[in-house]
Amino acid sequence: MDTVKDRPDTGARRQITYDARGLSEPVAEIPKVSEIHGESARFDAAMLSTRQINMELRWLLAERGVRDITVLNPGAKHSLGVGILQRCKITFEGSLGYFGCGLIDGPEIHITGRVGWASCENMMSGVVVIDKVAGSLAGAAIRGGDLVVHGGVGARTGIDQKGGTIIVAGDAGTLTGFMMQRGRIIICGNAGSNLGDSMYDGTIYVAGSVKSLGIDCVPGEWTDADTEMIERKFSIYGLGTPPPFQKFVCGKQLYNYDILEPAERKLVM
Amino acid sequence: MCGIAGIIHRDASSDIGTEMSRMLQSMKHRGPDSTGYALFGPGRHDQVVIRFKLADANDPRGFDFSERLERSRMEVESRLHKIGASIERMEGETEYAYRAQIRYEGDVKALADYLENVPGCEVLSLGRSLEIIKDLGDAEEVANLYQLSGFQGTHAIGHVRMATESDVDISGAHPYWAYPFSDVAVVHNGQLTNYFHWKRRLERNGHRFQSECDSEIIAVYLAEKMAEGSDLEKAMHQSLEDLDGVFTYMVVTADALGVAKDAMAAKPLVLYESEELVAMASEEVAIRAIIDREIDTHDPYEGEVLVWTR
Repeated sequence: MDTVKDRPDTGARRQITYDARGLSEPVAEIPKVSEIHGESARFDAAMLSTRQINMELRWLLAERGVRDITVLNPGAKHSLGVGILQRCKITFEGSLGYFGCGLIDGPEIHITGRVGWASCENMMSGVVVIDKVAGSLAGAAIRGGDLVVHGGVGARTGIDQKGGTIIVAGDAGTLTGFMMQRGRIIICGNAGSNLGDSMYDGTIYVAGSVKSLGIDCVPGEWTDADTEMIERKFSIYGLGTPPPFQKFVCGKQLYNYDILEPAERKLVM
Repeated sequence: MCGIAGIIHRDASSDIGTEMSRMLQSMKHRGPDSTGYALFGPGRHDQVVIRFKLADANDPRGFDFSERLERSRMEVESRLHKIGASIERMEGETEYAYRAQIRYEGDVKALADYLENVPGCEVLSLGRSLEIIKDLGDAEEVANLYQLSGFQGTHAIGHVRMATESDVDISGAHPYWAYPFSDVAVVHNGQLTNYFHWKRRLERNGHRFQSECDSEIIAVYLAEKMAEGSDLEKAMHQSLEDLDGVFTYMVVTADALGVAKDAMAAKPLVLYESEELVAMASEEVAIRAIIDREIDTHDPYEGEVLVWTR
């Protein structure tokens, strides 16, 4: 057993203060507070700053060869677990703030709480499972991997999505799939207004009601491949039997720019 | 960007001064320019509390600055007597910001207008229990300057400001008192694009604007709707139709706290409800600054209006 623990026990929890206007901590040191057992490790993030938590994660992965990390008390701090490019497993026992698990490529992340805005932004590959709700902009611009939210999501989920799959067990807010270019969004609850507004490509599945469709988002034709994909994803993530879904795709009317104004078109016609 | 926070205790009262300071300080990164509090103290039915300032924090200090402030303060006192108010207490919180506790039964608008006629005077808040405290700097600085720690009350809202639409000064800082409606205040995160349209319309109806800040519109708009007989929730629903732009705003009255989000859900809000209290803020870290454990929170959806009444 290899244990590194040098954090003084201060009793009461300390409030972390930092100068929020500039760089939070230009000279932070790796805290090295994790309890390491072979390939797995755990540490308490309650008294660590954002930068220290991310440095600790990198140190465990890159230098200690750890592949399974549990982070306790993340305390809804922003930008945790970002930029991780290894295959590994990370569990956050609690909630994350904004920009959680952004820019990742490879890890399997499990968050037992909720996440704030822009979680998993620009994820390249990997899996992120969120047990509670996610804020707006969940899975913004993701290129691959699976993002599974067991609660509801806010507005603009999967904005600019370029691949991968977003699965939402609850409801979704307005402008879901706004300008998405590829990939899949599966909403098991209801979707807000302007679903799939200005989407280029990709597919959106909605089981509940849709408040309104966005510009150039149209109902799509159901195929066996859709059934297969949804059943596979539901069984992987233990979501039970899939409900019947409606499918929405791009109408491709915005692909070509029509240079005629409506009044001019009338004249030409 | 700006950060907003609100808290309402369902039954008991609490040290809302400290609670709001901790919430706002944890969101300092959202707005380091100025910080403001709207706190509801115990209040008495026969008392009116006025918070006013006689100069701004960054006004140039001339050789006669203190003398001018003293003259203005005496003028305020004499005007309070003339209009029929009896002063119970009057204290300077800083050299330019004052708190007066008076007995007054007359018209609130007449009182506010009369006082604001004194050079440099701006009534920051007026009401039985509402007290608005705002100044430049972060939450801790303002809380220390105005000794807010230990302020007992029932509900509060607060704001950290990143100035985008007007100057960095106290007049441009939130919360805004809903002149001339006692015990109503608003904080806002966002921008309003039909600001001038509403400003002209409300000015024609006799309302005054102390700042160039777009957010002041919301306070005055809601006050007018309520003066016309609409209840708070109805006025807030109507505001979603009438106000154009992006916003999440909070409004407090003597016994309620409300929040509204625009149709695009462009500005954040995280909400926590328990049996004892309701707390909300732009970021969950602010709520976690007063509740130090894992909690269940959620984000209201676009176009939602929520009101909690004590």
